[in-house]
Amino acid sequence: MDTLALEAKATGQEKKSSAPRPRPKPPKKAKRIVYFEVEIVDAKTKEKLLLLDKVEPTSTILDIKALFHKSNPQWYPARQSLRLDPKGKGLKDEDVLQTLPVGTTASFYFFDLGAQIAWGTVFLSECYGPLLIYLMFYFRLPFIYAPKYDFSSSKHWVVHLACMCHSFHYVKRILETLFIHRISHGTMPLRNIFKNCSYYWCFAAWMAYYINHPLYTPPYYGQQQVKTAVIIFLFCQVGNFSINITLRNLKCPGSKVKKIPHPTKNPFTWIFALVSCPNYTYELGSWMGFTVMTQCLPVAFFTIVGFVLMTVWARGKHRNYRKEFRDYPTLRSPILPFIL
Amino acid sequence: MSAPAMGTTKTAHSDVAPKKKRGPGALATAYLVIYNVVMTAGWLVIAVGLVRAYLVRGSYHGLYFSIEKPLKFFQTGALLEVIQYISSNVMIMLCSPAPGIVPSSVVLTGFQVLSRVFLTWAVTHSVREVQSEDSVLLFVSAWTITEIIRYSFYTFSLLNHLPYLIKWARYTFFLVLYPMGVTGELLTIYAALPYVQKTGLYSVTLPNKYNFSFDYYTFLILTMVSYIPLFPQLYFHMMRQRKKVLAHVEEYKTE
Repeated sequence: MDTLALEAKATGQEKKSSAPRPRPKPPKKAKRIVYFEVEIVDAKTKEKLLLLDKVEPTSTILDIKALFHKSNPQWYPARQSLRLDPKGKGLKDEDVLQTLPVGTTASFYFFDLGAQIAWGTVFLSECYGPLLIYLMFYFRLPFIYAPKYDFSSSKHWVVHLACMCHSFHYVKRILETLFIHRISHGTMPLRNIFKNCSYYWCFAAWMAYYINHPLYTPPYYGQQQVKTAVIIFLFCQVGNFSINITLRNLKCPGSKVKKIPHPTKNPFTWIFALVSCPNYTYELGSWMGFTVMTQCLPVAFFTIVGFVLMTVWARGKHRNYRKEFRDYPTLRSPILPFIL
Repeated sequence: MSAPAMGTTKTAHSDVAPKKKRGPGALATAYLVIYNVVMTAGWLVIAVGLVRAYLVRGSYHGLYFSIEKPLKFFQTGALLEVIQYISSNVMIMLCSPAPGIVPSSVVLTGFQVLSRVFLTWAVTHSVREVQSEDSVLLFVSAWTITEIIRYSFYTFSLLNHLPYLIKWARYTFFLVLYPMGVTGELLTIYAALPYVQKTGLYSVTLPNKYNFSFDYYTFLILTMVSYIPLFPQLYFHMMRQRKKVLAHVEEYKTE
């Protein structure tokens, strides 16, 4: 890329027209490339941060972010949000300069998104935490319950079953994060890791405390209740896995083209006919199964809070689908068929 | 304790920095004026009740009983403010170009109303033994003076006839009343602790069908601890508001 980066001081220096430079004249038969000038202005202070001369019209926002990063090394590209309007949305990395509604002199407002962290790191720490914390309570490590119960084992088989289910759920999530998920945003704000981890870890500790407590009371309807609940739980786990596989297969690696998910040969994916985000539906089902299995009020709280959050996310995704695709199936609801 | 920006919707913000404001419609204004007048009157009743009881008894011990009912009624009535505030902010959020931004003062003041209601019902009402404590008088009198000033401030603001004295009082008295009220509240909760522990009030123990437990005693201790981060935030928020409001008027006066 042939550019000259000039630092524009806030002395009211106006954009100057491209001064003639000693370059070989382009051959007359070739297309004339109109180079762009890009100015980056701080969205809050309106200070001119950078003026880029001779920017190729086919360069993407990501290229511009990389250049900006060179002159301002503390703002790596993932942290930058470049906007056409200070109050608008950030431009996408793959947007090409010449397709944007700017003249040959483009002015972008820069917004610092704050320290970023890779989504994979966040997801993995969210999942390893509950896995390990639950096991700490399951094995009744010292200082949790009364000393006479240290390292003892529960006499209720449902407690062992619950541990297996809970651990299976998080191991599955970890494996999916490592091998299956494809997320379009590379990073998220750093504070998310604290927020998300506190949420998952605190709830996991709260649930695990009661389920593995020496005074735990097994479910009222006994074996029947537990067996039904386990079946629901496993059914929804398989369902959730199927959906994740299906969503992965929609995207080719590296491409950012969005496609509508459709039911496949796998019966667990037939729910796509009625729901936009069946992964959340199955997740809700799993936790409802777990609640019934353990008959534990904190688990019920966790399920309810999770349901509220997932509904918010599902509705957001559903809205995005309907905005992107004109022919999006109208029968689908965000998370619960026909209801929500 | 004066809660910033409750009771009216935009006028409390407008005395900080007069921006282009879409004031509430005529019906909403009428409702808010009536609401604030009623609340001012209610807290005046409480204030008069306290003074009369003091004069009759000759001492300031046990005055809580003389104003117990109006206190419960009018403090609980403040919950309406939370609903008013939330609904007006929902309107702003729906119309704003960047939804999802909730003013931090909504959280802080909503929390404050809830903490007041909590103290009225879940501590003072529930633990009979603390009702004769002096700390109760401490926070009740702090609340009474603050609320009378605050509600009359809102009333006059809504009618666009705000005497400077009321504005000054609202943004100055809190400097003393706020710590006074907080001290009273903390002492009251502290006084309630032994009774809560002894009787196991509002507590659920294991084992039980739902595998859940709740220790109200620990909860009260955690509540007291939570004052440490939260009270300074509210206090300094009010101090910042004070600088903005009173400095702004000073500039205006020197013109």
